[in-house]
Amino acid sequence: MTAVTTTTPTRVRPARRGFPFGRAVAWTVMGLIVLITLLPFYWILRTALSTNAGLSADPTNPLPVDLTTSGFERALGLQSAEEAIAQGGAGGGLDFWRYLLNSVLVSTLITGCQIFFSAMAAYAFSRLRWRGRDAVFGLFLAGMMVPAIFTLLPNFVLIKQLHLVDTLLGIALPTMFMTPFAVFFLRQFFMNIPKEVEEAALLDGAGKVKIFFRVVLPMASTPIVTLGVLTYITSWNDYFWPLMVSYSDSSRVLTVALAIFRAQTPATGVDWSGLMAATLIAALPMLVLFACFARRIVSSIGFTGIK
Amino acid sequence: MTIASSSPPSRLPAGGATEAHSTPRTRRTEAGGNGGDGRLAAVFIAPALLGFVVFLLWPTLRGVYLSFTRFNLLTPAEWVGLDNYVRMVNDPIFWDSLWVTVEYVVINIGVQTVAALVIAVLLQRLTQSAVLRGIVLTPYLMSNVVAGLVWLWILDTQLGIGNEIISAVGVDRIPFLADETWAIPTIALINVWRHVGYTALLLFAGLQAIPNDMYEAARVDGASEWRMFWRITMPLLRPVLAVVLIMTVIGSFQVFDTVAVTTAGGPANATNVLQYYIYGSAFGRFQFGYASAMSVALLVVLSAITILQYRLTRAGRTDLG
Repeated sequence: MTAVTTTTPTRVRPARRGFPFGRAVAWTVMGLIVLITLLPFYWILRTALSTNAGLSADPTNPLPVDLTTSGFERALGLQSAEEAIAQGGAGGGLDFWRYLLNSVLVSTLITGCQIFFSAMAAYAFSRLRWRGRDAVFGLFLAGMMVPAIFTLLPNFVLIKQLHLVDTLLGIALPTMFMTPFAVFFLRQFFMNIPKEVEEAALLDGAGKVKIFFRVVLPMASTPIVTLGVLTYITSWNDYFWPLMVSYSDSSRVLTVALAIFRAQTPATGVDWSGLMAATLIAALPMLVLFACFARRIVSSIGFTGIK
Repeated sequence: MTIASSSPPSRLPAGGATEAHSTPRTRRTEAGGNGGDGRLAAVFIAPALLGFVVFLLWPTLRGVYLSFTRFNLLTPAEWVGLDNYVRMVNDPIFWDSLWVTVEYVVINIGVQTVAALVIAVLLQRLTQSAVLRGIVLTPYLMSNVVAGLVWLWILDTQLGIGNEIISAVGVDRIPFLADETWAIPTIALINVWRHVGYTALLLFAGLQAIPNDMYEAARVDGASEWRMFWRITMPLLRPVLAVVLIMTVIGSFQVFDTVAVTTAGGPANATNVLQYYIYGSAFGRFQFGYASAMSVALLVVLSAITILQYRLTRAGRTDLG
């Protein structure tokens, strides 16, 4: 996240005539917004690097109290139970790498398949000619209106009947093939590809399948990356559905594990240090992913205005 | 009506468009060649259609069906007619959780929309910095679970820095998440923190579609920023704002994660939002039929609100060119 956050806003356009006072106020407000946005992140880090004893003794210290990595060790399950309890944690170990791997697998599976299948559908909806196309597309659009909660219970029943409860596939399946939004988003973009480009490829003897892979997909790389990263973030952060579907470590993802870590921590004297360390570890992959693609995403997020 | 038909920022935002587009067109015609592409289209559409039918269309119909049954997952669903609905109407906890949800949505949407608008306008009128836009978006990268935990810590009554600051100023400590009156507003604001940046960027994209010469011309006429905001920005942003509002309202009605990690519905059902109650009925008490009936009710409420909002805000029409 450093790449995104270290630079303070210094790029001011040459001052326009008038209202320097108004601009100063506006910048102050902006500064305040940035502060409220970013301070919690610092506070996570500061807490994670403190000891629980230090936190209660000196709660307002802006720096880590008794600088230590024991919170991270606890979150990663590197400490023995006795050691963890002595430092204010819960005795139960957490198989963090397992959850991390599960999260990566699920999110990658969902994102990869969903974007690819949605792109195929979007291609059929935008650049192929077939009967009933508009009717089917209309149905897809109507599907955008159904709130997620509504399909969750019946989907759970279905996943249960398919004996996929407590599997990674069970978590991924409902959003693996498409979301109406992804189809709509990509179709919108494919429609803007000039006909001539496709015609030229046809003249060169390329089939429509080849055109899809060699012309349409590469041309749409920017929206595909944007959509991909947003989908990845969404599926990584999803909590409700994985909570419903997974019961054991074998399919537990980070968000669910984190909530369980929270539930396990002693009710009197919460293990804040360990909890914040776990929080940071859970959040870090998305921050890194975002740091890599931030500029692209931030400048093309307008596409998603229809989400 | 669909939200999508009003697609606000259909133009490609600067920098987002691929360089390959020398002559972008919006023609609906397909590639050349005579006759249809039926067979190929069938292959291309198959996976998405399968997913759509199995995990969206069928569950929707099945959810409606289940709401008329008694179903506990173990034995086959048993048709009970309107029983679940009768029970729902007579269930004070249902009405209470609906009320709590509405309270949450009003606070969440009210604060978030105003804040997002302020941020979007500042981002547009003050600077074009992509770094700043990136910063504003960072909380959106967190899961609701992470956001909930962080604020749970910051607002902790004993040790939270938030309460430390409050007591340093001389005000009594506030049990933000442990008090019946504070809990819902607090959860609403936590979710504002997480989502406001994304909403602001959507509005920002809408603002980018307003031609700059309008502001230039207004400035020549001596209009103040304040006046330009009300006379240019607001009217021209209205369709985008309307769509963003519809989306965010639908999203915020489905609040669950933050409640689950911070208060778990408490204290004394004060944060028992509808989705949390539905979850509890299904997985705590295995009343899938009743939970489905409440989901149908939520769907009806959401549809009504969406249609109403759409009408009231004339989301489908634009004032721009």
